[in-house]
Amino acid sequence: MQSFNERPDLLEINGLTKGFPGVQALDHVHFTLRAGEIHGLLGENGAGKSTLIKVLTGVFKRDAGSIRLDGQEIEARDPAHALSLGIGTVYQEVNLLPNLSVAENLFIGRQPHRFGLVRTGEMRRRSAELLSTYGLSINVADPLGSFSVAVQQIVAIARAVDLSAKVLILDEPTASLDANEVETLFRILNELKARGIGIVFVTHFLDQVYAVCDRITVLRNGRLVGSRPTAELPRIELVSMMLGRELAAEALHRNQRPAVTGDPVVAFKDYGKRRLVEPFDLAVRPGEVVGLAGLLGSGRTETAKLVFGIERAETGQAYVDGKPVRIASARDASRLRFGFTPEDRKTEGIVAELSIRENIILALQAQRGWLHQLPRRKQDEIANRFIKLLDIRTPDAEKPIGLLSGGNQQKALLARWLATEPRFLILDEPTRGIDVGAHAEIIRLIERLCEDGLALLVISSELEEIASYSDRVIVLRDRKHVRELSGAEVNADTIMTTIASHQ
Amino acid sequence: MRRHLPVLITLGVFIVGYLICLAQFPSFASTRVIGNLLTDNAFLGIVAVGMTFVILSGGIDLSVGSVIAFTGVFLAVAIERYGINPYLAFVLVLGLAALFGAGMGLLIHAFEIPAFIVTLAGMFLARGLCFVLTTDSIPINAEAYGQITDIAFPLPGGGRLTFVAIAMLLVVACGVVLAHFTRFGANVYALGGNRASAQLMGVPVGKTTIRIYMLSSFLAALAGIVFSFYTSAGYSLAATGVELDTIAAVVIGGTLLTGGSGTIIGTLVGVLIQGLIQTYITFEGTLSSWWTKIAIGALLFAFIVLQRGLSAASVRAR
Repeated sequence: MQSFNERPDLLEINGLTKGFPGVQALDHVHFTLRAGEIHGLLGENGAGKSTLIKVLTGVFKRDAGSIRLDGQEIEARDPAHALSLGIGTVYQEVNLLPNLSVAENLFIGRQPHRFGLVRTGEMRRRSAELLSTYGLSINVADPLGSFSVAVQQIVAIARAVDLSAKVLILDEPTASLDANEVETLFRILNELKARGIGIVFVTHFLDQVYAVCDRITVLRNGRLVGSRPTAELPRIELVSMMLGRELAAEALHRNQRPAVTGDPVVAFKDYGKRRLVEPFDLAVRPGEVVGLAGLLGSGRTETAKLVFGIERAETGQAYVDGKPVRIASARDASRLRFGFTPEDRKTEGIVAELSIRENIILALQAQRGWLHQLPRRKQDEIANRFIKLLDIRTPDAEKPIGLLSGGNQQKALLARWLATEPRFLILDEPTRGIDVGAHAEIIRLIERLCEDGLALLVISSELEEIASYSDRVIVLRDRKHVRELSGAEVNADTIMTTIASHQ
Repeated sequence: MRRHLPVLITLGVFIVGYLICLAQFPSFASTRVIGNLLTDNAFLGIVAVGMTFVILSGGIDLSVGSVIAFTGVFLAVAIERYGINPYLAFVLVLGLAALFGAGMGLLIHAFEIPAFIVTLAGMFLARGLCFVLTTDSIPINAEAYGQITDIAFPLPGGGRLTFVAIAMLLVVACGVVLAHFTRFGANVYALGGNRASAQLMGVPVGKTTIRIYMLSSFLAALAGIVFSFYTSAGYSLAATGVELDTIAAVVIGGTLLTGGSGTIIGTLVGVLIQGLIQTYITFEGTLSSWWTKIAIGALLFAFIVLQRGLSAASVRAR
């Protein structure tokens, strides 16, 4: 057997560039995949992983660069063409046809036939044979939709590989699988690897990366950060590559504030949901900022959604002012005077066509019920008060909110919840996509709110930022709250080492 | 088993309905009634086979009623006014209809316009063309018509299996083979399951879409020819609302309106259920024929609720 490093490159991507209006999604990215290797592709939001895969499989056209497969320059027109060239992709959401039988899914478009008629028996026999090599013995005449996601994924892999795939791309295949299913998947990946197939494995789970990957490539903001053999890449370095931050020689401590004491305004005991977040305990006191830190997909946003009732918890109990409460929906949470500004401002937050005033009073009005219309005079008063208070830059309250800058939209969203006089506010990535000046203002605003006695739960990918305003930081990894940092421990370096640590 | 449940339920409804009819009117057992049931519903059966393919693929074809009327008018004008050989006229109108359907399929695919809109336009177009050809009802007196309607196999017990009934059964048989034993059939189901996934998996979406609507219009024209045997005339206002009867038959036959699931055999049973209700009302004598519509409406409603229930149950079972 050839030693690993001598194996020829199966797939070679050079200087790949792809831009969208306003964003350089891929900037001269270089990537190589060898035959018989599992290659982890990692990066945070906006790193360019999805764009890279989409260019590779012909969903997007590249602006510049070259893609070579087995030394031949290729350009896929669409995913079907990419597959015929030898690049198969299996997505988290399996892209097969649940209403067709397993056998038909495996053989559609290439069914064995005689005199124009499909030989169903032959097709089923071959399907069963094919799946048995993956250790799967199921009735291939049953519709695919009657099987679990894990089985569907194996079928999708079997299909892609059987269609002469030399390169198999797995886009977050494990996100909705349980531990046993992940193990089965990994066994299959290792078998495919032994057969000389090159596998690109996209995931957010660091443990899984270290469990199966031979090499790791990290992208950030559309650029290649580095490509290294897994064995030579310690976790802490991987995390720092992903987050784009070196360990500072001198750890930055935040301005020490006396620890917040008193009874928590909200508390969650053993709160969790299967396949979303493992059960956690969480308590926030009035005037306290608790930060949630972790990589993308580590369970930060999932925690927020659970706490705000967007996802319904399966275990545990929530308490407000020490009394048990039920939070089964966002309406329940809103009635308990919780507030939530979501991560994706544009699709989940603002209503771009409505005016600033209408956006600000939205949550308050919803709480009152639409039959009790807030008088217009009152609406104007609230809107103008917050525009002044939060310094929202706009000529007047009637401008459509979509025309404001990102920072001002974010402030208006904050105002929407502040108008409801919440006791507990959850901010998911409050500073994403906001320019530097507005960034600082939002942070000052967070600190001011907390001085006014509000309880805050803030999610951010910016470690420095989260360390600067949080009293405590909870670090998440692989859908689990792994550690709580408080006092002097709240600094970017400790957060990063905790994210990267093993146990 | 669960997959076949809708069609089994449809079959059950037909058998129960038949037994009720039989209990009340023993002559329902005669081959004459059965023969007539097949003959009278032959045109509906033929067009419903095409509609099944359309609905299986997740589409809808509202133009079939108008195409049936156009076919009748075209045949009447061609044969009676221009003296064209009836058989040549059949070929001509089938070809025209296939082109018409292909055009609709092309529009649906190329411009990503919902099938509902395109075939609605097709419906008005075909109906309008009837009036361009003639506003009168034109009788067809060609000899060939008499010859064809006379072809029939005598059944034991005095019934007759007519040529049109045989034609319908043949179309159903071909439909079954096409749907379940060819690549085209698998592609139709694939489109109905998930268009985007089908495309990703290499299903020729455009070609299949065009062929589906071509088939539907072709079978509608064939149904139009059969329809003209019943009436021996071409009339612009004939077969109004037949598209809706057809859709009802397909859905009662167990095909999911959202596409991806259903059978041709189920559609045949759906057509026969409609025919059975009609025959019962004729036998009963005192009921208005509108009771047919009411019964169909109730059945349709029950079947749609049933489908929702079944698909919800299958999601839970997973």
